[in-house]
Amino acid sequence: MLLTVTMTRAPATDLGYLLHKHPQRVQTFEVGVGTAHVFYPEATEARCTAALLLEVDPVGLVRGRKGPAGDGFALGQYVNDRPYAASSMLAVAMTRVFKTAMTGRCEARPDLAAAPLPLELHVPALPCRGGPDLASRLFEPLGWQVGAASVPLDEQFPDWGDSRYVDLRLTGELRLADALNHLYVLLPVLDDAKHYWVSPDEVDKLIRAGGGWLGSHPERALITRRYLAHRATLVRSAVARLAEVDDTEPERLDNATDAAEVGEEGVGEEPERPVPLVQQRHGAVLAALRASGAQRVADLGCGDGALLARLLDEPAFTRVIGADVASRALERAERRLKLDRMPERKRERLSLITSSLTYRDDRLAGLDAAVLMEVIEHVDPPRLPALERTVFGDAAPRTVLVTTPNVEHNVRFESLPAGTMRHRDHRFEWSRAQFRDWAARVAAAHGYTVRFLPVGTDDPEVGPPTQMAVFTKAAGGNGVDEVSA
Amino acid sequence: MTGIAEETPVAAARELAVPALSLVVLVGASGSGKSTFAAHQFRRTEVISSDFCRGLVADDENDQAATPAAFDVLNYIVAKRLAAGRLTVVDATNVQPDARRKLVALAKEHDVLPVAIVLDIPERVCVERNAARPDRDFSPRVVRRQRDLLRRSLRGLPREGFRTVHVLTTADEVDAATVVRTRLYNDLRHEAGPFDVIGDVHGCRDELETLLAELGYAIARDGADRAVGAHHPSGRRAVFVGDLVDRGPDTPGVLRLVMGMVTAGDAFVVAGNHEAKLHRALRGRKVQVTHGLAESLEQLDAEPPEFRAEVERFIDGLISHFVLDGGGLAVAHAGIAERYQGRASGRVRTFCLYGDTTGETDEFGLPVRYPWADDYRGSAMVLYGHTPIPTPEWVNNTLCLDTGCVFGGSLTALRYPERELVAVPAARVYYAPAKPFPANPDAAPEAAGGAGRRDPDVLDIADVLGSRVIETGHHGRVSVREENAAAALEVMSRFALDPRWLLYLPPTMSPVATSTRDGLLEHPEQAFDAYRAEGVAAVVCEEKHMGSRAVVVLPRDAAAARRRFGAPGGTTGAVHTRTGRPFFGPARTEALLARLRAAAERAGLFDELGTDWLLLDAELLPWSVKALDLLRSQYAAVGAAAHSALPVAVRALETATAAGLDTAGLLDRTRSRLGNAAGFRAAYRRYCWPTDGLAGVRLAPFQLLASEAATYHDRPHAWHLDVADRLAVADPDLIATTGRTVVDTTDPESVTAATGWWEELTASGGEGMVVKPAANLVRGRRGLVQPGLKVRGREYLRIIYGPDYTEPANLERLRVRGLGHKRSLAAREHALGLESLERAARGEPLWRVHECVFAVLALESEPVDPRL
Repeated sequence: MLLTVTMTRAPATDLGYLLHKHPQRVQTFEVGVGTAHVFYPEATEARCTAALLLEVDPVGLVRGRKGPAGDGFALGQYVNDRPYAASSMLAVAMTRVFKTAMTGRCEARPDLAAAPLPLELHVPALPCRGGPDLASRLFEPLGWQVGAASVPLDEQFPDWGDSRYVDLRLTGELRLADALNHLYVLLPVLDDAKHYWVSPDEVDKLIRAGGGWLGSHPERALITRRYLAHRATLVRSAVARLAEVDDTEPERLDNATDAAEVGEEGVGEEPERPVPLVQQRHGAVLAALRASGAQRVADLGCGDGALLARLLDEPAFTRVIGADVASRALERAERRLKLDRMPERKRERLSLITSSLTYRDDRLAGLDAAVLMEVIEHVDPPRLPALERTVFGDAAPRTVLVTTPNVEHNVRFESLPAGTMRHRDHRFEWSRAQFRDWAARVAAAHGYTVRFLPVGTDDPEVGPPTQMAVFTKAAGGNGVDEVSA
Repeated sequence: MTGIAEETPVAAARELAVPALSLVVLVGASGSGKSTFAAHQFRRTEVISSDFCRGLVADDENDQAATPAAFDVLNYIVAKRLAAGRLTVVDATNVQPDARRKLVALAKEHDVLPVAIVLDIPERVCVERNAARPDRDFSPRVVRRQRDLLRRSLRGLPREGFRTVHVLTTADEVDAATVVRTRLYNDLRHEAGPFDVIGDVHGCRDELETLLAELGYAIARDGADRAVGAHHPSGRRAVFVGDLVDRGPDTPGVLRLVMGMVTAGDAFVVAGNHEAKLHRALRGRKVQVTHGLAESLEQLDAEPPEFRAEVERFIDGLISHFVLDGGGLAVAHAGIAERYQGRASGRVRTFCLYGDTTGETDEFGLPVRYPWADDYRGSAMVLYGHTPIPTPEWVNNTLCLDTGCVFGGSLTALRYPERELVAVPAARVYYAPAKPFPANPDAAPEAAGGAGRRDPDVLDIADVLGSRVIETGHHGRVSVREENAAAALEVMSRFALDPRWLLYLPPTMSPVATSTRDGLLEHPEQAFDAYRAEGVAAVVCEEKHMGSRAVVVLPRDAAAARRRFGAPGGTTGAVHTRTGRPFFGPARTEALLARLRAAAERAGLFDELGTDWLLLDAELLPWSVKALDLLRSQYAAVGAAAHSALPVAVRALETATAAGLDTAGLLDRTRSRLGNAAGFRAAYRRYCWPTDGLAGVRLAPFQLLASEAATYHDRPHAWHLDVADRLAVADPDLIATTGRTVVDTTDPESVTAATGWWEELTASGGEGMVVKPAANLVRGRRGLVQPGLKVRGREYLRIIYGPDYTEPANLERLRVRGLGHKRSLAAREHALGLESLERAARGEPLWRVHECVFAVLALESEPVDPRL
């Protein structure tokens, strides 16, 4: 990965003093992830360019870490853009190579170090989630003129569009130390990827390095959020390994706890929107459960347990089962509910179980009510009959609550492009009529009656954002649906 | 008085009969010699003593304060043993009624017979023995109290529920006694068959005689030309599922024939509910004369009293079920759950006679039955009757053989172990059923589906979750760890096709051992060496297609899709990935299936193989069809970043070098890396081409996995490739052939030629090849030989090991790669794959097939170097 810094004020070769690197020499530094070289392709009176070239050792990167070589690492980490793209690894290398320059000290040319200088920075492969536009939004407030060109993914396949890399050129009159610090902090922010192979304490240093300018930056919120979001582990989950077996991005499969959905927590870069639809849904579900008089309830597809917390707060629910097919979701629920510190009486009421809605599960028998909150739309339509049989035929609680998005309402979400669904994992989103048809058919097949309730503002034109069906077992139902002659 | 017996010099040797599966409760005061007796008469592990349990919980076998906890442990162990069907002896004083009540309840809970063996030994002997033991400081009072309790209990033991009570009154008697284990009446495990299991006869003698003749039995007749027995020349025996009587025209005739067969050892009979009721009626009990009992009574009234008495004895002797053939077969009238097989209790009998009733009745006044067969997961095949159905249908290794003969249906038998059905139609409707019964099996309406139809396809979470061990025919037991099962559950539930389509998931494949040749990580040489070392001379090298592994479920038509697979999801077949996910949406899947179906028809495969479906192992091209997201986000992105950064770096270095700086190899390295990046880009680009619908899509089948009742892993690969070639001829636009070359690993020339073939293949950008034993499934010294070894090309491996892996310093380090886990995984998954195919071919229930398919997915989530 490469970074060049150019000064265009005579004598430009003074850049060598500022960087503490002699223009006539090629200097080499061992940094944790590889070897950094500093050299000057150009060093004239008028123009002087210093290049920092970081040679990453792609094999060394993934060896000698946790566990035996290979185990625990996703294939994506072997075939990785890190050797080429300017990421947190380059930022870390900068602190090693340009340490003094970044502090703004220069005994040989103190006035120069303190003065704004005409500078050009070039990062030819900057991973930049948000594209050239975001690069401009981050660097322009700091006094840079930004030239950012998208790099196409592969010119042989033009329809693949642009890559996430930007060829970045920054021009401006700034102190060199500030210029370097800007890059140092913003490279990982723009990258917005996991800090692969960068140790946690170095990541913490990055977070602290905002100095005086971050506080007043208009994109401060985004910068901090992106920093905090990516201190992720390198170890892939078992589910991610299955994604890999099938040449699929791990995130595509291992996303059960991925709550981000339009209308929930805002979309993309927007700050969180104050639409507590999720709260309204919990409220509606709780109201319907209370009305049913249920005592033994299950949240099927409980995710990280947000609803479970509400259920446990009500002593009327004497038995609460949280079921999810993703064990990682249950682990998160355990943490969220602070299971290890929960008082015994409360703990006794709760079970967290790994379960699947397409397999019959005797542990779900004898319930008063089951909740399927924003679950069915994550099931492929051909698999819905299995879910119906498991829930309405086998478990067959007296009350079943089902909520699902109302697709008609999608036009009200400004950030949602027309025709796209609210969540990447949604297999369908139904109109009110579609949902009613489905619910009526299921109710008839399994001896339930059903009524429908809106969740969220019931828009006169397109209906509520979420729709809810309340199924009630018809009187005389015996729970045995399958009768042989 | 016991004194008298004690003075008897030699106690007569006495045999104490104990059912082979029972809970033996020893009763006796402290010092009466229970432990010694138990040690002589039973296996050490069969005896659970309260002293031992006290020791477990309190480190002191005599700590009376630990008694409650000790009995908790004792009861727990006893329950586990009884659940597993093991005779268990409880060595405790058991003199208090309460202690015994708990044990009797435990026995009943597990449907085993409780037996009491009482050691009613004189107090003096007990006290002396206790005194001789330093660890026991019981006062004689304790012994006296225990003996008082015991003597008061003696008479009431049968009433407490002990079916057998043995009382030993002297030390000599105890010494002389021998416990003899008696076989339970239902235990016919030593009878290995073959059998012909016959459904409900209900007095239809004509049809029974016809069926027996059809099955090959020679019918014996008495002077009045009445059938009085039937013998099979090759010694087969008939097993009747009960309900011989009532409703039909000739109940006495049926009984005469069957009783004759039983007496002669040609048949076994289990009791049906109709026999039970007839028995009560014959003994003069008050019973409702309904459901055809009147006919039996009337017909029997016409018989002489001796015959009626014989019938009464015969029926009285019928037992509820049999476990036969080493436990592989269970026969009961209304079926039997696994936990009841080989057990004896009132509720076992009730289940066997009446089924799993819910206590309710349906609209026709018939009892509502719980579909126990849906839940059945036992290893024994269960054959039963009781519930008339138009055609027998396997449900989880159970089969109902009552095809309503008396209602005008047919009388059906199943040949065991052949699993062949033999049926004769009823001559007419003899009795009008309470519930409409379709007399003509062909007219059985599909509408009978819905709520009333049993669904054998229900999968239970208990079939897959948790740590599991799967018995495979080719590789012994394969274990699945809990966390891997959980990962598989998530993927299976959220992303995979309906399990009915998933008969097979392809196993992983190991690469060859690492090559030491310059610039190479893999080379054919190691594959040939490996197979030669396993004793395999003939191998076939198959071109590795540049696509994605695909399994194609190809029913001949929509009817076959419905018949065999239930056609879930509205498609007439499936094309799925290594993790069971569909490649395409329904429309594109149907279009692909239609083309493949037509090709298979043109190739004549369905007729030739006598099947209405095929299961193909194939490669679907291009890779970009499935992996486009990954190609873009991972591979193209790396190429883009490299091509954005490296040329600039090279230029900067060139300028610096031109300016006289010593870039000391840095420029060369960077140039080389740019070249590697270009190679990387070229490598992944070969896997991408545009597709539109089916245009551009190609399928390269290379193995026929299964068809109706058949597997093909014993056919040589040449045969499989020939099938594939015929498909390719039938639709050359869609179906690609697989390049191949056959190699004799012992012939250097042949090896050299094949190596050249691989070099040519990979030099022109090919992915590489897979080397397989030409004979297909081969066993070696250590079990299954690896079914294939992949040898990947140098350029292709850039996609796997990264663009720069070919740099000598990198290659040197990458050569250190452990293949052991991958090999073991490949072998285990291969065995599971074969197992699922074989289970499917045997027509085993869905859960049995799914168990293996699921396990393959679970193993795939084990952490192994993903580059292998």
